[in-house]
Amino acid sequence: MFAYIIRRFFQGALVLGIVGFIAFSMFRFIGDPYENILGQDATVLDRQALEERLGLNKPIAIQYLKFLGNAMQGEFGVSYRNGIPVSEMIAQRLPATIELAIVSALFALFLGVLLGVYTAINRDGFLANFIMTTSLIGVSLPTFLIGILLIWVFAVELNVLPSFGRGETVEIWGWKTGLATASGLKSIILPAITLGLYQMTLVMRLVRSEMLEVLRTDYIRFARARGLTRRAINFGHALKNTLLPVITIIGIQLGQIIAFAIITETVFQWPGVGLLFINAVNFVDVPIMATYLLLVGSLFVVINLVVDLLYVVIDPRLRLDGTEAR
Amino acid sequence: MTTNALLEVNNLTVEIPTRRGTLIPVNEVSFNIDRGEIVGVVGESGAGKSITGSAIIGLLDPPARIAGGSVTLQGKLISDMNENQLRDIRGKRIGTVFQDPLTSLDPLMSIGNQLSETAMAHLNIGRDQAREKALQALIDVGIPAAESRLDAYPHEFSGGMRQRVVIALALIGDPELIIADEPTTALDVSVQAQVLMLLKRLCKERNTGVMLITHDMGVIAETTDRVVVLYAGRVAEIGDTRQVLTAAIHPYTQGLVGATPNPTNLANSQERLNQIPGTMPGLLSMPAGCPFHPRCSEVMEVCKTTLPTLSQRENSTIACHLGAEAKT
Repeated sequence: MFAYIIRRFFQGALVLGIVGFIAFSMFRFIGDPYENILGQDATVLDRQALEERLGLNKPIAIQYLKFLGNAMQGEFGVSYRNGIPVSEMIAQRLPATIELAIVSALFALFLGVLLGVYTAINRDGFLANFIMTTSLIGVSLPTFLIGILLIWVFAVELNVLPSFGRGETVEIWGWKTGLATASGLKSIILPAITLGLYQMTLVMRLVRSEMLEVLRTDYIRFARARGLTRRAINFGHALKNTLLPVITIIGIQLGQIIAFAIITETVFQWPGVGLLFINAVNFVDVPIMATYLLLVGSLFVVINLVVDLLYVVIDPRLRLDGTEAR
Repeated sequence: MTTNALLEVNNLTVEIPTRRGTLIPVNEVSFNIDRGEIVGVVGESGAGKSITGSAIIGLLDPPARIAGGSVTLQGKLISDMNENQLRDIRGKRIGTVFQDPLTSLDPLMSIGNQLSETAMAHLNIGRDQAREKALQALIDVGIPAAESRLDAYPHEFSGGMRQRVVIALALIGDPELIIADEPTTALDVSVQAQVLMLLKRLCKERNTGVMLITHDMGVIAETTDRVVVLYAGRVAEIGDTRQVLTAAIHPYTQGLVGATPNPTNLANSQERLNQIPGTMPGLLSMPAGCPFHPRCSEVMEVCKTTLPTLSQRENSTIACHLGAEAKT
């Protein structure tokens, strides 16, 4: 068990090392670093001074290790455009993205599992079929279109929810949150639905098909033969067994939610890191892009690690060291 | 046959509508089980043994459904009960043991919890009492160091031990009847006997009736008091086990008995086992008359046209034209 975690940890470190290398390469291949920093009419002397200061005359390997070392200390360089340290900019924007991602992940998870279980249990019911059919819309409509549709209906026509921004925020222990104010809560509804709709339908369809599979197994039949209540069978036995494979997908999807927040943040002008990234791309602000890449990469690695640990919590068969056959 | 039997199955018919026609895997099957009696149900694969068992506790997989006949438990009709009413029958009055102990238990729940949740569903007791009950149930089925095994998960048990746990689960509600569907087929031969003896002892002690579904004549001989022979969804013969095994009258039963190896004979003879020629007819191509007649060694003209009805013959009840006119 311990060896398992250690192994996963090193795998994660390897992945981050590779992601770090790609991020590092961006500095050399996207745009000209001298031009980016010094401007077009810099002298050769200026260039040499800069080369010395940034260590660009050292071997690639040394430069890469230095980059990694800095990144580990939270040192990501200075934005070309604003001249502010990137770590500061990210820290300022991150709470908005994390709040949006968590709210939409919870929305996707709860509604997805609930509807998935419902449609599996009442597989031939009218409502279940209706839900399944409408879920196709969620799977096939692109995110920006859903966002624009929601804005049109709820912000323009009905005028009940704001169409952009985060609303009022308050600072709690250094964390700027929009979840503590009425306008902040109202503002997060549309972006969260937009961001989580695809994941919600995905979770729902996955839970449904897994659950149908589990409901056919012998132990469910035996649970019925033992005279347990429908509730105990469906939620105590079937759902728990259903969630095992679903957790993997949900973990990956949570990473997707954060990574794809870019589009939703753009549509709703949500002041998170996604919007920061898009603006950075427009101005070829490489330090921000590289940092964003590292950030998303680390998130995926951490989420995968958590998913692996969750497996062990849910499935007793994995609690052994893997040395015993059964 | 007694009229105050524990379980009365009367003309039970199960049908499965399919696109190619309606299948009738169980056709007008009738038998009784008394308290404390072990009744074997035997037949080839596809004879309708398991479906009969499922039909009795209302666990037929749709689209299969009961099309006719009745099932009565202590005088109370249970074959037309709905799911809610059946819940109080299953586990509490009729316990079930399935064929494969490896897949009968929820892999993600400790066996102690599976036992106590079953106990709490039927016995109106609290969590602590249910746990005590679970412990006692494990001790009763001979799980060594039961106390420390309560929190173990199914994968930590061997096949034989798991089937003991399944039996403990079937008995924890103190049912009057156990339906055991091939309880030892998935087990090692050496473990089979242990599990069968355990089931037999527990049921005799508690005066529980058992419907033991099997295709193994050896299991029938060792365990049962009476035996019901099914062929193509119909009852071929019902009688005392000893009677059926030693002096079977129906040619099919004779064939089954003849196809079972006898260790004492086997040792000193090179004789081949008898086998029944051919295979059981498919449910869509049932022959006219007696369903067994294409394979029967003593087939007569009447067999090809007329379905034999069950009639009393010495100590058995048989559906066969053979010798019928002589006895009536």
